[in-house]
Amino acid sequence: MNLHVANAKNVKGLATELWIESGKIVSQPTNGVVYEDIDANGLTLVPGLVDLHTHLREPGREDAETVLSGSQAAVAGGYTAISAMPNTFPVADTAGVVEQVFRLGEHHNLCDVFPIGAVTVGQDGKHLAELAAMYQSEAKVRIFSDDGHCVADPLVMRRALEYVKTFDGIIAQHAQDPRLTESAQMNEGVISAKLGLKGWPAVAEEAIIARDVLLAEHVDSRLHICHLTTAGGVEIVRNAKKRGIKVTAEVTPHHLLLTDDVVESYDSVYKVNPPLRTLKDVHALREGLADGTIDIIATDHAPHPQEAKDCEWNAAAFGMLGLETAFSIGYLTMVKSGLISLETLIERMSTKPAEIAQYLYHGKIAVGTKANFALIDLKAEWKVDRVRLHSKSRNTPFHEMVLPGMVMKTFHNGALVFDRKAKL
Amino acid sequence: MKNLLSINDLSKADALEILDTAVELSRLSENTVRKFPTLRGRTVVNLFFEDSTRTRISFEAAAKRLSADVINFSAKGSSLSKGESLKDTALTLQAMGADAVIIRHSASGAAHQLARQEWMKGSVINAGDGTHEHPTQALLDAFTIRRRLRADSGDLTGLSVGIVGDVLHSRVARSNVLLLQKLGAEVILVAPPTLLPVGVDSWGAQVRYSLDDVLPLVDAVMMLRVQRERMEDLFFPTEREYSRNFGLNLERMNRLKNTAIVMHPGPMNRGLEISADSADSHQSVIVEQVANGVSVRMSVLYLLLGGATARDLNLSSAGGM
Ligand SMILES: [Zn+2]
Repeated sequence: MNLHVANAKNVKGLATELWIESGKIVSQPTNGVVYEDIDANGLTLVPGLVDLHTHLREPGREDAETVLSGSQAAVAGGYTAISAMPNTFPVADTAGVVEQVFRLGEHHNLCDVFPIGAVTVGQDGKHLAELAAMYQSEAKVRIFSDDGHCVADPLVMRRALEYVKTFDGIIAQHAQDPRLTESAQMNEGVISAKLGLKGWPAVAEEAIIARDVLLAEHVDSRLHICHLTTAGGVEIVRNAKKRGIKVTAEVTPHHLLLTDDVVESYDSVYKVNPPLRTLKDVHALREGLADGTIDIIATDHAPHPQEAKDCEWNAAAFGMLGLETAFSIGYLTMVKSGLISLETLIERMSTKPAEIAQYLYHGKIAVGTKANFALIDLKAEWKVDRVRLHSKSRNTPFHEMVLPGMVMKTFHNGALVFDRKAKL
Repeated sequence: MKNLLSINDLSKADALEILDTAVELSRLSENTVRKFPTLRGRTVVNLFFEDSTRTRISFEAAAKRLSADVINFSAKGSSLSKGESLKDTALTLQAMGADAVIIRHSASGAAHQLARQEWMKGSVINAGDGTHEHPTQALLDAFTIRRRLRADSGDLTGLSVGIVGDVLHSRVARSNVLLLQKLGAEVILVAPPTLLPVGVDSWGAQVRYSLDDVLPLVDAVMMLRVQRERMEDLFFPTEREYSRNFGLNLERMNRLKNTAIVMHPGPMNRGLEISADSADSHQSVIVEQVANGVSVRMSVLYLLLGGATARDLNLSSAGGM
């Protein structure tokens, strides 16, 4: 199908239009070719968003999310590429499992689903998984993570960092010292002291980040820090970058907006790992994202069924939904607040993550590349309703919040994969 | 007031009203009124997910003296002790028409969750949730201090109370810090730094590491229970070392003012945080604390469920006698 997207604005606010033939962007209309017109009047055209941290729960926990429902949530959030974390059942630690997830994504064909492989077998933290096999598979996995767990053993981390250099791979670390966070429930500080919930201290994150940037420097490998949450962590990454260490970092939308005082309600929808931190941390994260210390926003979209949250705080699962609200939260916290331009926000949510992960057909709108983009109504506001989200789960911490910026249409490889108007 | 989940639910006036009503109830109990008809036909459920015979019995006695129907629901060890079951239990109790649920649970915040609008319509009283709060214990402690040192009236302004031991894991300490300060007392926390929460400086209490230095300053000293398992988690090296530095014994008792009282929420580890002779000394009010617990819990149930005030009680009981 051929498309003509007319009357749109680009991220700089300038008038723009797009000609698409057979899923690819062309510089100008070809004589004799028929184009379907998409009137994008009032909408802003952005490259499809790219998430490097998504939990899709398939295989194993299809009651919480599937590749299909996760893809639906993704395109409703303006994403055209997502990265499936390996903490499934079974763990995505073999070529077989990553290929299964990759093919499911292709089969549903709403957005690209790129699996992330486990660093260690069964995420046990001890034995390296067959990383090269996952790279050589159809899924061509380049990012590896034991997310949900930290690769805590320094030797295992060092070996993993070294090993993936053969194919320019990255180790994405969930930075959490396990001993310092045994049965930890929330950020350790004034609020945890008051609520009697076991603390998850900032130092447990920072100690691992500090160790890992030094390891990455020592073996000259690429390290990615998942969901940075502390002011101290931002400072360590900032210094590491100054020293030329190959480190990138992400921040989640929820850590850009929420602080640990919401836990006073004991509402386990706010239970997340790493935990919500303090206002000081939120400011440091926003500044870090603005100055490029933090490269990208990643959702850490973590669906859980109702029963995993409808219980005592201690017994509840960690995690929050993120895909469908990420752009709005980014827009609210970073652009509306005057810290960065829309252009920079899109760079942090699309261009840069695509670059880090080497997702070649994402992160840009350029002639000759596949047409992966979204149309966003920046002026629209919407009230989050957890029941109406596309995810199978409802654990959004933003329920009932009114957010700015509404994704109206999403196109994947030139095909319309999400149309908010059609949903209504 | 509908629920009592935290001391923060109470204003100073509320807290004093509970204490005044408890004074009145204990006086009337002494005058041979065994039972008050106030809660006749009302159902009070003791929902205990954690063993605590003394607290359960105290609440049960309080509810029965107010003529309530009491259902004891012990969920410990059954499939009901974790996970989603809290919600199911709440819905079941709701369906049974419970007017009040007294909940004891090992998870901080369990009482708050039970009280969520969608789950329970009746009153919820927190009888200890994890390492969070135990508001009725703090109320009975304040009652005991006020009875001994303030002749049952007014607030606690001018008094200094030491709370000694495992503050980090103590719901009794959290509720007491909030309530004692609300009533005007000064609180001094004494513990090794490992047993004080990060963030304790926001509590408005003094923090000291030397029990010997603090003892001469206080009007009441509250010894917290120290669980022997804490040693394995490296909170202190040995029981002996803990006891040597933070245990109350006769030698240390000599440092107390003559008028100062010794308290313990129980159950005690005699020989660890408190020596037997200190616990049984004439300055100890530990047995009184238990007795006062019933009056204070009657008062809480009375005010929460009866919707009455202390003055109503005076009038109605005078008429009834
Ligand atoms: Zn993680």
